Amino acid sequence: MAGTNWTDSTMEVAGIKLHVARAGRGRPVMVLHHETGTLDRLPFYDELAQSHDVLVPHHPGYSRSTRPDWMRSTRDIAVIYRGLLSDLGLRNTALVGLGFGGWIAAEMASMAPADLSHLVLVGAMGIKPTEGDILDLAVTGYIDYARAGFHDQKAFDRIYGAEPSTDQLEMWDICREMSFRIAWKPYMYSQTLPHLLGAVHRPSLVVWGDQDKVVPMSAGKRYVEALPQAKLHVVKSCGHCVDMEQPDILAKLVTEFIGREYSPCT
Amino acid sequence: MHLMYFTEQPMSAYSEQAGRDFGATALMFSNKNFDPVAGSRLYNNYIEQYMLAEEVGVDGIMLNEHHNAPFCMQAKANIFAAILAGMTKRVKIVMLGNPLPLAENPIRLAEELAMIDMISKGRLVSGFVRGGGQEQLATGVNPAFNRERFEEAHELIVKAWTETGPFRFEGTHYQHRIVNPWAVPLQKPYPRVWIPGVISKETIVWAAQQRYPYIALNTSIEQTKKIWELYDSVALQAGYVGGPENRGYLIQVHISDNEEKAIENAKQFRWMQGEFTGLAHPVWSTPSGYGSPSNRRAFVEFASGRARNPRGETSFEQQMADLRIIAGTPKTVIAKLKRILEETRPGILALWGNDGRVSQEDSLTCVRLMGTEVFPALREIAKSLDLKSPFEADAPVHLRYSTDLKPAKAAAAE
Repeated sequence: MAGTNWTDSTMEVAGIKLHVARAGRGRPVMVLHHETGTLDRLPFYDELAQSHDVLVPHHPGYSRSTRPDWMRSTRDIAVIYRGLLSDLGLRNTALVGLGFGGWIAAEMASMAPADLSHLVLVGAMGIKPTEGDILDLAVTGYIDYARAGFHDQKAFDRIYGAEPSTDQLEMWDICREMSFRIAWKPYMYSQTLPHLLGAVHRPSLVVWGDQDKVVPMSAGKRYVEALPQAKLHVVKSCGHCVDMEQPDILAKLVTEFIGREYSPCT
Repeated sequence: MHLMYFTEQPMSAYSEQAGRDFGATALMFSNKNFDPVAGSRLYNNYIEQYMLAEEVGVDGIMLNEHHNAPFCMQAKANIFAAILAGMTKRVKIVMLGNPLPLAENPIRLAEELAMIDMISKGRLVSGFVRGGGQEQLATGVNPAFNRERFEEAHELIVKAWTETGPFRFEGTHYQHRIVNPWAVPLQKPYPRVWIPGVISKETIVWAAQQRYPYIALNTSIEQTKKIWELYDSVALQAGYVGGPENRGYLIQVHISDNEEKAIENAKQFRWMQGEFTGLAHPVWSTPSGYGSPSNRRAFVEFASGRARNPRGETSFEQQMADLRIIAGTPKTVIAKLKRILEETRPGILALWGNDGRVSQEDSLTCVRLMGTEVFPALREIAKSLDLKSPFEADAPVHLRYSTDLKPAKAAAAE
């Protein structure tokens, strides 16, 4: 969106150089991207930054952040991001997790329920679906996998181009390698997370595209059961990547849920 | 010269059309296409081929393993090694090899191999491999840690073979609080380890650093020479001079008493729709993190159909012309192999004699002519070229057992 003033910086947390994009004013909102990494700018980020202080860190080992060879679990990323928020002096940040980023957000919520304003999980991985399985990166081609996140293929074309560049494919491979390093087995979920979420007594919104081909909605229902204050919102005619396919609708949902008003905690 | 017989042990009794319809003949190509009745017959055919190979005087039988694919029926090479340990009397049992990263418990592998070595009365050559990309997926092993697991499992196995237990092993990927296997190898310090490979420079460098022979798998003469250049330069850095005892080569060679029939049978080397590993699915064959980062761009281009296979694809005729497939009567085969021996100077040679749907009768003819006519001639050629095997050269099993190491500069001067 024209006029959104993004700043990009590198922040070091526990020896990891994290790329962090930030824009907007208001309640702090951390957006956690997909396992396919993230583009630098996306309409969804711009929309949110109209009324919030939006932070988009690139996960360690994904996109512009360096890979820590020692990292072994998705929970490690959650701990690093808790450190990032602490270093930035941000309290009660709202977390918006997209797909794999939803898993990270849920882990972060479970670590410090009191230090969280709202939790939004969109097509989140992290919980074993009761019906169906999470789409396997390891046996799906780069473009096929990325396209599987979209119900409307024209939306994919708008974001990545009808023929994504070889640089993009290479980046998807780098992201994929990092996902394998931290989420290989069990693949893309934690067996303990559903139990830990029982302590997250915070407003939670679980959003799912009704055409999600990557994470079955049964996982979303488990999230709603596990989180004490969660409600489910289903987005119609939308695939897994709600943020890229229907950015306006998701931004509106998030903004209405977390509210525009914000007074920093003392 | 150490001369071996090899077959991939193909499960060729499946519908080729089913493979073409599915678009791949590996990993997820359904095992409903596997016929255990044919499987039983074929396993026993292969035993018969190996027994004949021993009878006609081959030095070694080379074994390997693969998973979820018709091109190789051995899902566990140690099973066939155990069979050969009990049934044969003389041949070396050359495993090329056990895929180390697939092991969740390398101690178990160390025990199995030690048992094979004892039962065979010290005839085991224990090669190790990383396993193909598809193998990682077929066994649920993380491809991103493949090389780390390979090196660490190797370290643990060698320790289990050479250090008195009980001891504790706390690695990155393997943690064993009690290592004390009662089965230990007969051969001391431990059975010879040979490392086969095709493309990864890292593996060549690693093998040379260990002073383990590297077995080039059906590479072209030019590729093979480049492999030895790299191996030899690393050897000099490590303080020794690489030679034939460090060099092995596997090549597709079908022998018959009739030229035309030999060529007809040799076409079966490409029975898996062009490549011996079958109709490959590029995403499965190179899962992210499995390959070298320097090949990342080439592989993503291949995986997305934007480039040709970096491993190369060549026609039967071209492979015949390049001497990557040799077929003929003993006389013509010997002449062609002589050229390879002269140009690449290996001390270990494996002939991959039969593949695909070659009949058992023709396979046995090939093995017989290999042992009675081709190998005796190759032994004479090897003698004239001074191509000594690791056994003949009494080469150290590992760099650390070397008695001839020199500072890098002095080794280079030799």
